[in-house]
Amino acid sequence: MPGIEILRIALRSIRANKMRSLLTMLGIIIGVSAVILLTAVGRGATDMVTSKVESLGTNLIQVMSSSTSVGGVSKGQGSAPTLTMADVQAIAQQDTAVKAVAPLISTQGQVVWRANNYSTSVQGTTTNYPEIENMPLGSGRNFTNQEVKNNATVAIIGTTVETDLFPAGMNPLGQIIDVNGIPFSVIGVLKAVGTNGFVNEDDRIVIPVTTDMNLLDGTTYLTGIYAAAKSPADMAMAEAEITSTLRVANQILPGQANNFTLLNSASFLSTLTSITGILTDLLAGVAGISLVVGGIGIMNIMLVSVTERTREIGIRKAIGASKGLILAQFVVEAVLVSVIGGIIGVVIGVLGALAGGSIFHLSGLVGMNAVFLAFGFAVVVGVVFGVYPARKAANLNPIDALRFE
Amino acid sequence: MSSQMVPTPSQPIVFMEHIQKTYWMGQQAFPALRDVSLSVAAGEYVAIIGPSGSGKSTTMHIMGCLDTPSAGLYQLDGYDVSKLSDDDLALLRNQKIGFVFQSFNLLSRTSAIENVELPMLYAGVPAKVRHQRAQDALVQVGLESRMHHKPNELSGGQQQRVAIARALVTHPALILADEPTGALDSQSTEEIMGLFQNLHDQGNAIVMVTHELDVAHHAHRIISFKDGVVQSDVPNPDFLRRPAPAAQQLEGGGY
Repeated sequence: MPGIEILRIALRSIRANKMRSLLTMLGIIIGVSAVILLTAVGRGATDMVTSKVESLGTNLIQVMSSSTSVGGVSKGQGSAPTLTMADVQAIAQQDTAVKAVAPLISTQGQVVWRANNYSTSVQGTTTNYPEIENMPLGSGRNFTNQEVKNNATVAIIGTTVETDLFPAGMNPLGQIIDVNGIPFSVIGVLKAVGTNGFVNEDDRIVIPVTTDMNLLDGTTYLTGIYAAAKSPADMAMAEAEITSTLRVANQILPGQANNFTLLNSASFLSTLTSITGILTDLLAGVAGISLVVGGIGIMNIMLVSVTERTREIGIRKAIGASKGLILAQFVVEAVLVSVIGGIIGVVIGVLGALAGGSIFHLSGLVGMNAVFLAFGFAVVVGVVFGVYPARKAANLNPIDALRFE
Repeated sequence: MSSQMVPTPSQPIVFMEHIQKTYWMGQQAFPALRDVSLSVAAGEYVAIIGPSGSGKSTTMHIMGCLDTPSAGLYQLDGYDVSKLSDDDLALLRNQKIGFVFQSFNLLSRTSAIENVELPMLYAGVPAKVRHQRAQDALVQVGLESRMHHKPNELSGGQQQRVAIARALVTHPALILADEPTGALDSQSTEEIMGLFQNLHDQGNAIVMVTHELDVAHHAHRIISFKDGVVQSDVPNPDFLRRPAPAAQQLEGGGY
């Protein structure tokens, strides 16, 4: 009997039991769409983190002062204050592979406008920090070198601070806000950039580093130094130059360890993507389990179907169907159920990924390999779990099958 | 059909010699057939009668290659069935035998014509030929107006006609009917028996199992079973227009 006839018989049987076939497919549909959807979400998250980190600048180098340890317990990076404005100037003057360098003092501060009170991150730096950190202004202006020199009480605020302090629609430029009790005039608003995956980048105010040192914190040490290499290709060169400049400036003898740490966005990025990659695999694995469960559902229904259709099998055998044909009929039926379920699952998964992507502002990246993998797995599941019931049907004795009530 | 399957006219279609069939329930043996020898020639019209448990149905199942004997020789159209595999038996059933059952045994949710096409489907007949032959067979049994009806849309008599069309469409060597009128009213019974008569007139060999004597009397030869053996095997006296000692004997048999 030609394959097309077996296909027709299987299709007719699926059509004849629409509800049952649909319920059987449901496991496969959920499994396939879950694999596609979850890997898309995972990939979307990875992509978002990557693009956020890359938006910080692929040529960004952070210098943090090293950690101190108290009684054997490390207090974390930046806890041993060693970096100063002198280091920033040394890097700016000596290091040729560095395009720009800026200091950073980062503290938590209380910001008040009239009756509104808000706690945010206060970052003291110089004029070129917004450029290094890829932090464009939305409105207003950056502070000037003159203002940095003069301890000017001017502040650039993030959009989160803006919405928390000021009523909607009000222009914050020119308003006076209190930062830890000292009045600052708002001269600029940063463009909204959202989170970088961990921190809300819009939740901060930026002030001149001198004002921060002299009026707010009374410190001469920096939390860190931000430097931008001339190009991504100059990263290694820039890191080497900064390292040697800082060793000289901090009078570190040869053989002694650095009292600072260099971080670049590339190493940060690879750590982040490996984490999100693991999460993606984990999600796909969980979804894969539901595919196997769906396959068991197919086997269950096919076994019921064989029992229910024992007489039909008896009739077919009596009028000349061989074992192979009965086997083929039932395997093809199981595979068809999983293929149709797989197709529906792919459609739902892809549409769901696109819809979910727009809802969660992730780029719902549907990986073609996830689609093929999920679909292929569904077909394999159909074959594997279809063979046992089909063998059961094929091995029925015709006379017993005919007598079956 | 392969060349080796061409029947030899000298051979009987059914040749059974000392057939035994024993069913086992655990350790206990239930002999269904003790010692059955019979043969059916081409073109014969034979009825098998007997009370339930007499072995007539078992004989028919063995004859139809649906079941295999425990001992003895059975040749169907020259083929020794004990030497054949399951798939060979399926092929033999497909090519040599047309079945008509008491409960019709049509595929539900499948139209009359598709039911009739089914044996040809398994025989690998091309779709066009298959369709034409199924149509002809349904015309032959008088169902030309109901070819695309499904079994649940047909009366019992009509369903049995579909089954007969399915049985004859492969031009089998032997048509086996197991209580073909057992589920039918008397009018349908007459119509179905008329169809069998037509099939016989066209030269088909028919073996019919029945417990109804009037049905059995349509046949030319009546084989009576009791307790797993052939009790009598005689020409139908009505048919041969003789005085009816055999018929009296049958009626005295207490059916």
